[in-house]
Amino acid sequence: MPRTRIEGGRVIDVNDEGFLTEYEQWDEDLARTLAGYAGIDELTDEHWKVLHFLRGDFPERKETATLRRASVVGGFPMKELFRLFPGKPAKKMSYIAGLPKPKGCV
Amino acid sequence: MTEILDHPIIPDFGDAKAPAAAPTPSEGKTRLKPSDFASPTVATHGAAPSGFSGPRKMCFIASKGNLDMAYPALIMANAALGEGIETHIFFTFWGFDLVTERTMDDIKFTMLGNTAMHLPMAPKMPIWAGMGAIPGMTKMATKMMNQQLDDLEIPSIREMLDIIVASGGHLWGCKLSFDMNGLVMSDLYEGVEDVISAADFIELSEGAQIVFV
Repeated sequence: MPRTRIEGGRVIDVNDEGFLTEYEQWDEDLARTLAGYAGIDELTDEHWKVLHFLRGDFPERKETATLRRASVVGGFPMKELFRLFPGKPAKKMSYIAGLPKPKGCV
Repeated sequence: MTEILDHPIIPDFGDAKAPAAAPTPSEGKTRLKPSDFASPTVATHGAAPSGFSGPRKMCFIASKGNLDMAYPALIMANAALGEGIETHIFFTFWGFDLVTERTMDDIKFTMLGNTAMHLPMAPKMPIWAGMGAIPGMTKMATKMMNQQLDDLEIPSIREMLDIIVASGGHLWGCKLSFDMNGLVMSDLYEGVEDVISAADFIELSEGAQIVFV
C-alpha cells in the first residue's frame, strides 16, 4: 500500500486508488484537503453531517455505508447526496471521509 | 520502510469528463422530450467515428416482468447513476408491469421453465423446473425470493424506482405496451416521464451504451 505526501507535507497511507487505509489518520483538516482533490472547494455543515455519519457508521460494520444506507439510516435524502457530492457521490463521500469505497451494489 | 510518494493519489471522480449540463425542456415546454436527450453531435452518416467518446450515457431496456429479471436493470441503472452517468430505463412488454401501479408491488418469480433452478445454498441439488407447475409453487418461490432480497437489504421494486428517480434517472414507458395493456397515464408509476415510441427511444439513446434485460 502506498504512502503519499499531500498538501502541507502530511503523509497518509492509502490504497492504490487513493482511499485512506488507516481510519485513525483522518481528521477534519485531512477531509478539507481530500475534498479539494475531489473537486469540492468548501465543506459546509451539510457535508460534515454526512461525513460524520459515514465515520460513525463504519467501525462497527467494517464497511462503508452505501448511498442507500446513508439515505435510509442516516436520513439524508438521495437528491441531497447528489447535490452535495456531485458526479460520483458514493465515491466522493467515502474518499473525503477517509473510508474505503463502498462495496454494496445498492 | 515504504517509499513515500510525493504526490497524492486521487481516485477517478470522472470530473475530467463531467456529464454535459442536464438537458432543459425544449422551448416553451415544461416536460422533457426524448429529443432533449439526443446527443448534440452532428449526425455522421457513413462516417461514424469508431470507439466511444464524450460523457458516458446508458440506456437500459427492461423487458421482463418476473421478480428475478426485474432487478438487473434497476440495480445496474442505480449503479450507473452513482457513477455520475446519465441514465435512462425504457420499460417495454412484460417490463411494463414494473411501472404499472396495479402490478408493480406484486411481481412474481416462478420456477417453471427455469433450468438453472436450484436451492440458493445447495447448488448441487437441482430442482425439477416442472415442480413450478404445482399450484402454490409460484407463490412460495416468490415469497422465498422476496425474503432473500429483504435479508440482503435490497429495496422493493417501487423503492428502487424511487431511488433511481431521486438520483436523476429517467424512466420511459413503451407506447405499444401501453396501448396493448389499455392503460392511461394515471395507471403508471408517477416517476415515468412519458410514454414514447420505439423511434423516440432510438432517438434518445443516441450515443448511449444500451443494455437489454
